[in-house]
Amino acid sequence: MSAMLEVADLHAYYGKSHILHGVTFAVGEGEIVSLLGRNGVGRSTTIKTIMGQVRPHGSVRFRGREIAGLEPHEIAHLGLGYVPEERAIFPGLTVRQNLILGEKRAGRSGRWTMEDMFELFPRLAERVDTPGGVLSGGEQQMLTICRTLMGDPDLIMVDEPTEGLSPQMVERVGGLLRRIAERGVAILLVEQKLTIALEISKRLYVMGHGRIVFEGTPAGLRANAGVRKEWLEV
Amino acid sequence: MELVVFSLLNGVLYGLLLFMLSSGLTLIFSMMGVLNFAHASLFMLGAYLAYQIGRYTGFWPGLVLAPLIVGLLGAAIERWGLRTVHRFGHVAELLFTFGLALLIEEVVQLIWGRAPVPYTVPSSLDFAAFTLFGTTYPAYKVFMVLISIGMFGLLGLVLTKTRIGLIIQAALTHPDMVAALGHNVPRVFMLVFGVGSALAGLAGVIGGFALVTSPTMARTLGPIVFVVIVVGGLGSLTGAFVASLLIGIVQTFAVAIDFSLIDLLARFGVTVTRADTFYDLWRIKLAQLAPVLPYFMLVLMLIMRPRGLMGTRET
Repeated sequence: MSAMLEVADLHAYYGKSHILHGVTFAVGEGEIVSLLGRNGVGRSTTIKTIMGQVRPHGSVRFRGREIAGLEPHEIAHLGLGYVPEERAIFPGLTVRQNLILGEKRAGRSGRWTMEDMFELFPRLAERVDTPGGVLSGGEQQMLTICRTLMGDPDLIMVDEPTEGLSPQMVERVGGLLRRIAERGVAILLVEQKLTIALEISKRLYVMGHGRIVFEGTPAGLRANAGVRKEWLEV
Repeated sequence: MELVVFSLLNGVLYGLLLFMLSSGLTLIFSMMGVLNFAHASLFMLGAYLAYQIGRYTGFWPGLVLAPLIVGLLGAAIERWGLRTVHRFGHVAELLFTFGLALLIEEVVQLIWGRAPVPYTVPSSLDFAAFTLFGTTYPAYKVFMVLISIGMFGLLGLVLTKTRIGLIIQAALTHPDMVAALGHNVPRVFMLVFGVGSALAGLAGVIGGFALVTSPTMARTLGPIVFVVIVVGGLGSLTGAFVASLLIGIVQTFAVAIDFSLIDLLARFGVTVTRADTFYDLWRIKLAQLAPVLPYFMLVLMLIMRPRGLMGTRET
């Protein structure tokens, strides 16, 4: 079986600094896969490069098609969704307007409707006419995930969705990601901490210095204290 | 009283004209980070095109055609010029638009000459709209106000009520996210550049006969438009609107007020004579200072509140 997203020998640069040194990994249909690592090892750069926001050197294949070199909006139309770490809520637009802009074309309904979003996260229904800028951090995180889902992606890349959230909220994000995967959407979860990654992932990758340094299952990572100590624990 | 009312009317009119220019510029600037030095040149081009078209067809077709042509030209500039230059960073973009401004000015001089062209108020608008305090107010000025307000109403509706308007609003602050959601941001940029240019062109069409249509009109008005977007705050259309009216009114009033520091001091019983030091300074009339006032506001604003009256961006 060939994977849905295949990244092979991916390099990326910011100006002259070489950030990614040949990253290789894959995500299969409907899988939850985590990409872990400390700050500054290139996790966010990896998904920005896949999304076309950073210029890729190497190969990125999505459903067998080479997407390295395409424009971000073209990549989005192929079915890749991106939820950035900074959440990027449109502050002046209401919750509803934020969600509407998640749709790639007006009125085109995929596997998710706005009602689904409200069911997944009832707080959004209550605040539907509130400007996105005044939501709490947790609400913004939910909104940004839901907004990307409105575009009906087949794979979403979520960058540090639990950053700065309360433990209770972290659990809810984990639950939300699970429910998304149940509908057949693959997830590439980027995290610094192990918290939800160990619980919900099928497979994990650990990054260090712009490379993949570990690949395995949650059980495998639990058993491997050496990798955790060297590449994850602070 | 008469002076106040008419200065206010003219100030609002000037302010609306400034806003028609600055609204396009601030949209372009906040969305793409491009400080478009050629924006006022497109305004000038609008005036010249309206004059030229008007010679064959009369004023009214020109009112529609000239902004349309300028808008298409703007879209073409974005598509085949800026988009390429963009890869080399903001300095390159700045130099590009600066060069474009000089180019347009030279081309205008080549075609229409250095002297002003006789672009005058169309006869269908050349009558008195109303009389106030025994002074008449010309119809073409009322027409300018109506066109401006109508245009802004339309623009506001498009920005807040349509999907493309929402995409534009979102791209003002988060262009990368908008692209990641699957919207063709380069095409939105081209559209905004085109519409912004068309607005500048329209300002030229209706401003051309109120001001003087000459090759220097871009150079005269251009800097003031920059003042408007800095004072109003980058990324804020409301800010640009307030700043346009403010600068329009302040400048119009200043021109109308024949008053100097000597007169002010005289009120307090202080007499300044030719023998005093700085006599020449005291004697400057407010009217003489009028052209300096916008730049004074610019400097003051940058020192006191760099993000402008209603700016949303830090840069």
